[in-house]
Parts: sequence; C-alpha cells; structure tokens
Amino acid sequence: MGPVTSGVLQLLALVGALALLYVPLGDHMARVYSADRHLRVERWIYRAVGADPDAEMRWPAYLRGVLALSAVGVLLLYALQRAQGALPGSSGRGSVPAPGAFNTAVSFVSNTNWQAYYGEQTMGHVVQTAGLAVQNFVSAAVGMAVAVALVRGFARSSTGTLGNFWADLVRGVVRVLLPLAAVAALVLAACGVVQNFAGVHEVGQFTGGSQQWNGGAVASQEAVKLLGTNGGGYFNANSAHPFENPTPFSNLFEVFLILLVPVALTRTFGVLVGSVRQGYAVLGAMAVLWCAFTALMMWTEFAHHGPAPQAAGGAMEGKELRFGIGGSSLFAVSTTLTSTGAVDSAHSSLTGLGGGLALLGMMLGEVAPGGVGSGLYAMLVMAVLAVFLAGLMVGRTPEYLGKRIGPREIKLAALFLLVTPALVLTFTALSVALPTPPRSTLNPGAHGFTEVLYAFTSAANNNGSAFAGLNADTDWFHTTTGLAMLLGRFLPMVFVLALAGSLAGQRTVPATAGTLRTGQPLFAGLLVGAVVIVSGLTYFPALALGPLAEGLA
Amino acid sequence: MAHTATHTARLLGASLRALLLLTLVTGVLYPLVVTGAAQALFPAQADGSKVSAGGREVGSALIGQGYTLPPDGTGGTAAPDPRWFQGRPAHGLGTDTRDPRHELLLSGATNLAADNPVLVRRVAEAKAAVVRDNSVPGHPVDPADVPADAVTSSASGLDPHISPRYARLQVRRVARENGLTAAPVARLVTAHTEGRTLGFIGEPRVNVLALNSALRELTAESRG
Repeated sequence: MGPVTSGVLQLLALVGALALLYVPLGDHMARVYSADRHLRVERWIYRAVGADPDAEMRWPAYLRGVLALSAVGVLLLYALQRAQGALPGSSGRGSVPAPGAFNTAVSFVSNTNWQAYYGEQTMGHVVQTAGLAVQNFVSAAVGMAVAVALVRGFARSSTGTLGNFWADLVRGVVRVLLPLAAVAALVLAACGVVQNFAGVHEVGQFTGGSQQWNGGAVASQEAVKLLGTNGGGYFNANSAHPFENPTPFSNLFEVFLILLVPVALTRTFGVLVGSVRQGYAVLGAMAVLWCAFTALMMWTEFAHHGPAPQAAGGAMEGKELRFGIGGSSLFAVSTTLTSTGAVDSAHSSLTGLGGGLALLGMMLGEVAPGGVGSGLYAMLVMAVLAVFLAGLMVGRTPEYLGKRIGPREIKLAALFLLVTPALVLTFTALSVALPTPPRSTLNPGAHGFTEVLYAFTSAANNNGSAFAGLNADTDWFHTTTGLAMLLGRFLPMVFVLALAGSLAGQRTVPATAGTLRTGQPLFAGLLVGAVVIVSGLTYFPALALGPLAEGLA
Repeated sequence: MAHTATHTARLLGASLRALLLLTLVTGVLYPLVVTGAAQALFPAQADGSKVSAGGREVGSALIGQGYTLPPDGTGGTAAPDPRWFQGRPAHGLGTDTRDPRHELLLSGATNLAADNPVLVRRVAEAKAAVVRDNSVPGHPVDPADVPADAVTSSASGLDPHISPRYARLQVRRVARENGLTAAPVARLVTAHTEGRTLGFIGEPRVNVLALNSALRELTAESRG
C-alpha cells in the first residue's frame, strides 16, 4: 500500500467513525439542552452561583452572562499567571510577564489558544491544569451555549427568550465535555500520552548523559484541547510532540476528537428545530468543504512543489515520520477548518499552496465544521445570508426555518461576517506598514508576509495555529493579536445573540409552496457557494500577495 | 446608574463563583481522577514510556535522542557516532532560557518555508553528508536513494523514528563500524520495522532507540 492510499483510507475511517457517533451524540446534546431536570452536582453549582437555572433569559441578559463570565475568566487566568512564581507546584517557574500573560489569558478564554510562549519552560502544573485546561472546558461550553441560543431563536415562536445561560454553560461542561474528555484522555494515555504530576524527569540516554523533560497532566488536557476545539498545547510542538501525540493511531484519534462535537452539533440543531434534514443540509455543506480541502491538501503535500521539498524528495520538513503526509494533511485541514489550531506538523513548512489552504480554511470563517458551537452559529448566519441571496434572485421575502429574514436580521448577519475580515486586514496592514513593530518574520519574501497575515487570521478567527517562524513574543504582537482574539470572539457573539433574540420574537410562519426548501442538497450547495464567495473573495488580494505568490512562483 | 452598577457587580460575583466551582470540577477533580486511572491502568505510558537496556535507563521509546560521539572539547556541536543508527535532523529544538537549574528539551520545528534558501542549502548539505557518511568501499550511496526524512527536521525535533529506507541505507556503514557483516544488521532492521497500524494508519517506521539497543546486544554477542 502506498502513502496516498493510506491517507485516503484514513480519511474514510474518520468519516465512518464520525458517522457512527453522529446520531447518538447529536441526540444526546439535544436532550441535554432541552432537559427539565438538573443533576445534583449542577444544583450545587447553581446554588453557589445564585442563579435560577429555569429562568428564561432574553438576549441582552444571555449576552451579559457570556461577557461577565469571560471577563472574569480573563482576569482570573491573568492573575494566576502573574502569581505563578509564588504558587506551589509550579516546578520553580517564575511569573509570566504582563504582556504575555494578557495575551495568553485572552487567548484561552476566547477559545483561540494562540501561544506566544514555550509551554515547556513557561507554565507550571497549576497554571496548565487549574488555569489553561479549565478555560478549555469553559470557553468551549460558552461557544456551544451561544450556538444553542441561536438554534432556540429559530425553534421558538413569539417568545423572545433564549433559555438560561448558566444552565447551558454548566450542562455543556458536566454532561457533554467532561464525560467525553475523561474517556478520550484514557485512550490517549493508553497510546503513550503522559499523565503525572512529577517535576522535571531526568532520563538516561543511550550514549550516556541524560535528557530532561517535564511531566504533567498532559492526557487530561490534550483530550479537552481537541474536543473543545481549543488547541493550546502542553508543549511547544503541540500535537507533534510525541508525549501529546505518540502514535499514528493517536493522531487519527485526535483528528476525530477535533471534528466530533462540531459535526454532531448539526444533528442537535436538526433535532431542536424539528427537522433532522435541516441538520443534514448544514452538515452536507460542511462535509463538501472539508473533503475538498483535504483532497487539495493531500494533493499539494504529496506533489511537494517548492525548492526545498524538491531537493529533499518529499515535503517532510516539519512533519513527524509516524504520521506521514496523509496523517499530517488530515490534521492540518481539520485544525484550520475548525477553531482548534492544534498542529501535528509545522504549518510554516507546508508547501506554498498547502500553507495557503490552512490559511484559507480559517478565512472562510471556520465553518467546516468549525469550532464547538462557533462553527454551527457561523454556518447558520451564513445560511441566513444564503436564503437572502436566493430571495433576491426570485424577488421573495426570504425565510429560513419559518422565520422571515428582514432588514434587522440581514444587518446583524452582515455585521457578523464583517468583523473578522476587518480585524485581520487592518491589523495585518498596520503590522506591515507601520515603522514601529519590530522585524519579527523568519522567512524572506511572500512567506514573511504570510506569517503576519496568518497570525492575525488565526487570532481573529480564534484558531490559534501559527506560521510559527513569526516571533510573536513582542509587545506589539501580544497587544494586537490579543485585541484581535477578544474582538474576533465576542463581537460576533453579540450579533449572533441579537439575531437569536430577534428570531425568537417572531411568530413561526408555515412553509408554503413558494418557500425555499432548505433541507435539500441544493441548499447545501448554495451554502457552500455563499461561504466561498462571501468569505473567500474578501481575502483574495491578501492571499495573492502571500501564499499564491509563493505557491505559484 | 446605581442600579446598573449593583447589577453588574452581582453578575461578576456570580461569574467568579461559577468559575471557581468549574475550576474545582474541571481543573482539580478531573485531572486527579484521570491521573489516578492512567497511573493505575497504564503506569509505564503515563510516566513517559521509559526504556531500559542492559540494566540501565536509555531514554524514552517516544522521544528521539542524539547518537553522538563524546564532545571533543572545542565547544562545537557533537559529531554523530558512526557506530549507531542516526535519527532525523533536529534543527528546530530550542534551548531552555528561563530555568538555570535545568536543561529542558524545548520541542519545535524550524518553521522554514519551502522556498527559503536556508532550508534548500540545509537539505543539500544534509544529503551530501548522508551520502558521504554511508558510502563504504565498493558500495557508494546514490543521492537519489536518500529518503526525505533523512534530510529534514521533524515538527517536534524529537521524532524517535526513521523510515525503513533510511535505516537500510545505514546498514553497511553500521555493520562496518561495529565489525559485523551486513546481513545480521539488515535482519535487525527488518525485525524492528513497524508497519502501518491496522495496515493503513500512519507510515512504516523504525524506532532508532530500539534498533540501536538491539544492535548493542548483537555487537556484544559477536565479541563475546
């Protein structure tokens, strides 16, 4: 069997595994978010928080909950890093300097997990486990809560309420993420991912001398890092480090974990709006994009264009041998078409077009299948736009799932879609044009520009992967990527919740003969077109200066 | 105004309590339970898959290492020891700049672009070195036979594997340096070649530490 066949079979195995869990997990999440009963541990939390989990919230109240929790999350995580030097159990690591601590706090709370530090020498057990890993759960659950609130906006008629934020948050953590993460962590530990609370290991070497590496609660963090599409690695090399991703099987399993919840959420959506076909249509659009990107990535990486891969006889720079080109391509596409940003290969050393694909995957808004929750709500906003475009063509008032898409809805959708490109292009232009930012790029020419473009695309889309040659450990990049992550996460949430509130207030109108059938393959095709044209074309000039110039040279 | 301020303060207080409780659940209980279970079920893996050979610890099965000659005292980079199979280049490894008491391995890639002249030169130099080091009288190495993994750095800098092709390419040199014939060394490589998991996941590979450990035994036997 050749490496190409192996890559294709891995892709098919992945699709099969996801298909197997699609219905059970999707239905489970639908039950979780519509259940009347509370678990005992959940009641304890509500009592301590002082929240009534059965109180319905309108969209401003729901949004205030999201913002307050996230603001406190940033402050707590910042304080924890600043105090690390005085904390026990940090293996002697000092406090993190202020700009880096701000950047990292924002990064983990916004589900980005951009990392401008070496995990090995910067973060001790306490910050990793009780700080960073906690936000891996919480930020993911917040994304899921916002998505569910939008789905309720479609599903409810004339109420104006979207559910209870505290209940959605706590249930997402306790009933969805925790059980999945516990099982996944043990599978990873069986493969060889480390899980201990030891200090620095000093291990003898074959020819004498010793190696020193850190232990840590890696498997438990790795599981939720992928399940919650977070992506912040325990070690600098992230999922390329053998202690995070030791075997070919663990690699495929990690790609599976990345895709699992975002894919199954389309089923949850279908169940909650009362038509699983609607979920299939959204999933279909996601699947078309994901398969196309994977095929293109494998093609360019196996073809290994570019001077260095040609000289080496293969695009193996920055790739681990055990994963090979097939496994690395699957991971690279899945991590950038979701908001994960974990990497099992160095994206900066992908072929010119391969790097461009990783970049474009994020630029499309991470919708195939996207981050946990954020992928679903971004795709639903895109669906609103797609029915609007279709409505323009036939001259009818557009409807989606029985809700009229009027001026207010389309304005909110447009604002949602404009936030990220505005952030990416403005900050990239400033970094390139201003004299102040230090020269931070590693590679010359078009690739150097792509490093900067990639950084802000990754930050504003809350991805977190990097063309890591860029030295982002400077005050300029800490501040600007920090702002891009913050605004790129929470401004879209404002527009999504406002849209949800507006939809929930409307009376559901029955479908007529003239209603666009949105549960059909044709609509999935329209959705793909809307994603590619609206998001892709926005970035075309910037892509031409970077990866296209490099890849076509 | 005062009403809004009170309301905001109450909301922030609720958020703080929620986060502290979720920290207890997901940041303390969850990792402790997983650690307990992993240490009970998979103790060797949970502690880093350490390997012992000949009665002493020689490394981790998962972490690559250098097989180099003792430092010559000039302060340069240690030269590869021709008696042992060599792993992949690791130009992306970092050095610990924060902690004076330790020399932690800092994983990483070179991040050099496919069109970067530095990388092109490095690949060419590595290829020339592989050809030079592995050519033995009567059996020169053809540069076209040098596989990509032999001349490129991995993503972590800690790749413990090489391709079976790169291992076979080193057989004659290794045999000669250890005073062995090529056949038993080639058999060693075949015995240590792992196929794809379940026949299709990942790439065929050879763990360099395991191969060198077996080679050390073979050499000791032939001398004994």
